[in-house]
Amino acid sequence: MSWAFWNWGRRRSRRNRELKEEIQSHLALAERDALDSGRTQSEARSAARREFGNRTLVEEATRDSWGGRWLSDLLQDLRIGARMLLRNPGFSLLAVLCLTLGIGANAAVFSWIEGVLLRPYPLVAHQDRMSALVGTLRGGDRDDMSWLDFQDLQRRSNLADAVIAEKIAGATLSIGDRAEKAMGSVVSANYFSALGLHMALGRGFEPEENTGRNAHPVVVISYQLWQERYHGDPAIIGKTQRLNNVPHTIIGVAPQGFYGTFVGYAWQFWVPISMQQTFDYSGAYKLEDRGARWIEGFVVARPGVSRQQLQQELSAIAARLEAEYPETNRGRGVQLYPLWETPFNNAGALGPTLVIALSIVMFVLLIACANVGNLLLVRASSRRHEMTLRLALGAGRARLLKQVITEGLILSGLAAAAGLVLAWWCRNLLVHLLPPRGTPFRLAGQLDWRVFALTAGVCIFATVLFALVPALQSSRAQITDALRSESSGVVGGRGKTWFRSTLVVVQVSLSFLLLVGAGLVLRSLNRLRTASPGFSTAQVVTTSFTFAPFGYDAARARNFEDDLLARVQALPGVESASWSRSVPFTFLSYSSAPIAVDGYQPPRDQQPTANFSEVSPGYFSTMGIPLLSGRDFTRSDDENAQPVAIVNELMVQKYWRGADPIGQRLQSNGKWLQVIGVARLSKYFNFMEAPQAFFYVPLRQNFGMLASLEIRTATPPQAMTTLLAREIRALDQSLPVYEAIPMREVVNRSMAAPQVAVTLLTVFGSLALVLSAIGLYAVMSYAVSQGTRELGLRMALGARAPDLLRMVVGRGLALTGGGVVLGAAAAFGSTRLLGYLLYQVSPRDPFVFGAAFAVMTIVALVSTILPAWRATRIDPVRALQS
Amino acid sequence: MAARKSQYQDRIQILQGTLDMLILQTLQWAPRHGYALSKAIRTNSGEIIRVDTGSLYPALRRLERKGWIAAEWKASDQGPRVRVYRLTRIGRRQLIPQRSHWKHLTAAIAGILDPANARSAP
Repeated sequence: MSWAFWNWGRRRSRRNRELKEEIQSHLALAERDALDSGRTQSEARSAARREFGNRTLVEEATRDSWGGRWLSDLLQDLRIGARMLLRNPGFSLLAVLCLTLGIGANAAVFSWIEGVLLRPYPLVAHQDRMSALVGTLRGGDRDDMSWLDFQDLQRRSNLADAVIAEKIAGATLSIGDRAEKAMGSVVSANYFSALGLHMALGRGFEPEENTGRNAHPVVVISYQLWQERYHGDPAIIGKTQRLNNVPHTIIGVAPQGFYGTFVGYAWQFWVPISMQQTFDYSGAYKLEDRGARWIEGFVVARPGVSRQQLQQELSAIAARLEAEYPETNRGRGVQLYPLWETPFNNAGALGPTLVIALSIVMFVLLIACANVGNLLLVRASSRRHEMTLRLALGAGRARLLKQVITEGLILSGLAAAAGLVLAWWCRNLLVHLLPPRGTPFRLAGQLDWRVFALTAGVCIFATVLFALVPALQSSRAQITDALRSESSGVVGGRGKTWFRSTLVVVQVSLSFLLLVGAGLVLRSLNRLRTASPGFSTAQVVTTSFTFAPFGYDAARARNFEDDLLARVQALPGVESASWSRSVPFTFLSYSSAPIAVDGYQPPRDQQPTANFSEVSPGYFSTMGIPLLSGRDFTRSDDENAQPVAIVNELMVQKYWRGADPIGQRLQSNGKWLQVIGVARLSKYFNFMEAPQAFFYVPLRQNFGMLASLEIRTATPPQAMTTLLAREIRALDQSLPVYEAIPMREVVNRSMAAPQVAVTLLTVFGSLALVLSAIGLYAVMSYAVSQGTRELGLRMALGARAPDLLRMVVGRGLALTGGGVVLGAAAAFGSTRLLGYLLYQVSPRDPFVFGAAFAVMTIVALVSTILPAWRATRIDPVRALQS
Repeated sequence: MAARKSQYQDRIQILQGTLDMLILQTLQWAPRHGYALSKAIRTNSGEIIRVDTGSLYPALRRLERKGWIAAEWKASDQGPRVRVYRLTRIGRRQLIPQRSHWKHLTAAIAGILDPANARSAP
């Protein structure tokens, strides 16, 4: 390409040379003829010239007949443009910088949207045909799916290329006597082939590895795990690795750059679905039970099949399954989601935040464009002479317009290149914005051709925005204006000053809007940080256990729990300790059950349900959840005793209308429980949730193999982990020991989405503020420099420095005020879009609006004070003479 | 500048077919350089047709690109190097249709100018 271009240029310049020589010889011959007819040398020369006509025009007309004119024009424009920009390096640098921030912010957000929402799985083919697949309950609730249903979908669907089953599986990875938590998933055997992946080493799964209970202990490991844990051992295939205490044969290494199919994490291993039981938290075998729902998955549609068509087909199949297996499948359906709305990973959670980020960076871009447009306008008026001269010399107006646009394109092209570099740097930023976690986190932006194309589009859009107005203005330049010098007033706005001021007002209003947004989420995050979730976050640490893979049955697990609890309670510094199925704010969800209450008549067609937790005695005091009445569970509330429950405040209000429920009955899952206590309402899943009905049952009466240990202690978590490890080892050498995490951290982890939003809004909001400050500064400086005469006159007429200062600053503040009013109106109407991020903060919080106003005013003062000060330094004599 | 250039372009358009034919016709007998060509056309037309250089050189380039004529640098007996054009074989083949086209055109124009005469013509 460049070679062809170079060649083209060379041919062209040769032809130019030839034409010149030909004309030269034409003239020489004509001159000789004239000499022969008896004229003098000089007469002959001028006669030949006269005869020939305008040489340049002949050359140009001839050159035009060669074609490729537009290209040479473009080259010329580019050359002139580059020269103009180099002549004004300060201007160019500032313009490119503003645009780089604007375009770069856009490119970064594009790349995040591409890499997190649209094409989140690198190396995976056909992501555009992939949908997330989940089960549904009548009434619209989402549920997982059973393996048998999944297989039926796969067998009966004609429109799907592949139906892929996947279930997240945490596992204990032991190397030597070291145990670590590893994250991976249990997948159907078609996983790697359906995703179109080629293994770095070894193979993917074979179809028969779908079948047989725990029959295929094989594992595919991630490239990263291979490199880090096995140091890239080339002979890794065939070696064994203990996962959840079961030796697995390593059969493959996934390709480099493949991180699995779960937005937010980088998976480390994959095992075939036949190994389900080994990786199940509860140790249950679920492959032959249509009622056991545990799978999430993906569907790859055949080419040309829309999501709607596929949805219809799969829903029809689900309906047939409902008819065939009424006892397990009544009321069950399936639902497809586009990847960016995937409900079971972080895509769904990050989606709205990224969309907000997108609108914010659009604002930033607009502000940057307004700045550059302003700068160009300033320069356009100083270039007026040049433009008029060129017009007078016969340049076409269209050509001039093209010239100005070309200069704009050079600016935004440079900025786009720099912006893409910026986006490249920022591609992993999202991960750093999130609170740290134990598992490898991955949320990377993707810079592919789509992002490039979109960035190029933004670049052109920006050019049109910022270059067109000055361009039109200069092409409107009149030749007669050439000698007329422009002078505009400092106070009165008219003509271009008016236009520039409008730009500043728009900038200020957009910045104000972003400031308000940032202020709101910041305030909300502060509220969240200091808010109480209804349980103690200080001095409580927690850790979790999985018993099933380590040869435990329920009886042994119960014994272990009792023994460990006794040992932990005896540790120095431990105030209290308890067991529960799960702790609040973790991804392990609580159980949910249909409930009934004596004397409560639910509305027709409604089945009240409530979430509940299984807890041991001492849970409430350890977690710091006050019991409002009644008593705590005791050791005697065991499997042989009367089933009991403790309900929360909201349940009392809802189902007993506030009457004392103690001694009353509550039915859960068809089993009657006696209410023995009332607990204070707290948050169970996250801060944003609405207050919900919740109850607790004794762990002993609902024993499970998954358990969390809570310890109330002043001992630092690190030290507690060591102490705890010693106690666990004393009881069982084989059981893996995980870190003890403070409850504060568990809670913080749930704030990922608001935190990302806060950071993005704050960063982009400050960016916008800086850009508008530059804009305001530029306009005020320009007004002062152009209004030198007027200011000089005013001084000569007796205005003193403070008067001028007041005048200039006043004008700056007036512009700001206009912008703030507009921005406040826009913010008033739009901040409720942030509602899902706001915790106990009104979208119209007056404090935030006030703070934004104060910040804006200060910034406006700072950016007008320097031009204003300069105005006072004007020498009236010189100003009037000039 | 722009206005004057477009004037030139207009003239080329009007004269294009004619000029091309004149050039081909003139080159038929001997290869010539640009200046000689314009002189020959002027002399042969009895000093009536003066080919404008702003039309001549673009026309030469155009014909060259079509492959109807070919150019070569030669030393002239009078001193400066000249670019000499000669008719190619394709160009020679163009002469016949060009001439008959011209005859039709002149007949047609004559018909417009003098309708009675044209109708009586065979």
